[in-house]
Amino acid sequence: MSKESYNPFSLNGKRILVTGASSGIGRAIAIECSRMGAQVLITARNEVRLAETISMMDGSENAMYTADLTDDSQIEALTEFASNIDGLVNCAGVISHVPFRFNNRNFIDSVMEVNFFAPTTLTQNFIKRKQLNKNASVVFISSISGGMVSAIGIATYSASKGAIAAMSKSLALELAPRGIRVNCISSGMVETAIMKEGMVSYEQLEKDRLNYPLGRYGKPDDIAWTAVYLLSDATAWMTGSNIIIDGGYTCI
Amino acid sequence: MDIKKFIELFALQFDETDSSEFKAETEFKKFDEWSSFLALTIIAMVDEEYGVKIKGDDIRNSNTIKDLFNLVESKK
Repeated sequence: MSKESYNPFSLNGKRILVTGASSGIGRAIAIECSRMGAQVLITARNEVRLAETISMMDGSENAMYTADLTDDSQIEALTEFASNIDGLVNCAGVISHVPFRFNNRNFIDSVMEVNFFAPTTLTQNFIKRKQLNKNASVVFISSISGGMVSAIGIATYSASKGAIAAMSKSLALELAPRGIRVNCISSGMVETAIMKEGMVSYEQLEKDRLNYPLGRYGKPDDIAWTAVYLLSDATAWMTGSNIIIDGGYTCI
Repeated sequence: MDIKKFIELFALQFDETDSSEFKAETEFKKFDEWSSFLALTIIAMVDEEYGVKIKGDDIRNSNTIKDLFNLVESKK
């Protein structure tokens, strides 16, 4: 094999579904997977931004499907659309900074719905319908605030991310006999539109950035490359793992 | 909107500052107790009580309770 073609991290020949691909980490993962040779199927609620993501991707086999993953019938339709996949990246997520005392049942439901129930139900659908190919890789996006550390105002977000990480270990065991791997990425703060929704002021973000030993928040690409690693055959012997990528934040 | 009720709800979010210290013209960020957490709490209170979503920068740009009251009223 020539040096040029040697690449254990390649996604050539893989068919991968990325949720939450209309922006932020999901979009970056979709783009990087396409650049690494995968056929990428993307989904999110916003059709216009999904189309933007498609236009930024490499390859001609990519496709998009607009869906709201909090709706079970749309999850089923998506599973039909994205049949026989080698990779599933559950990226869709929400975060709101709301002090615990205001985390009423409706609020908790709305966060858990998107961050926990939707990825769980979607993954379950793929398993039930046997649409995950042998040796497929399932990736969940958790967070360092899913149990390791946290911050004020994100109790429910933390709970949802901790739940998904804990769930993925049991799922890893259940799917191991078929060679299907299940791993988590626990990231620190990443620069995305999600954090610009304004509950935390610009000044606070500037100050918080300095808490990261590597001197900055993550970029969506930082997380995307970790996802590529987990989707590639380079991690064929990795399952039930939770990769921390946080600029050194949790070392302190 | 009733400013008296707004001041009451505003004061309720504080634990250390006596409620008698809260007036329409009070510059709330001068209280010792003021913190980024209280800023989040006020944002959540406004959302819950008035159904209005204000931002961290709105708090930053307001000096008095009345400033914030006017802002919330304008967004209602």
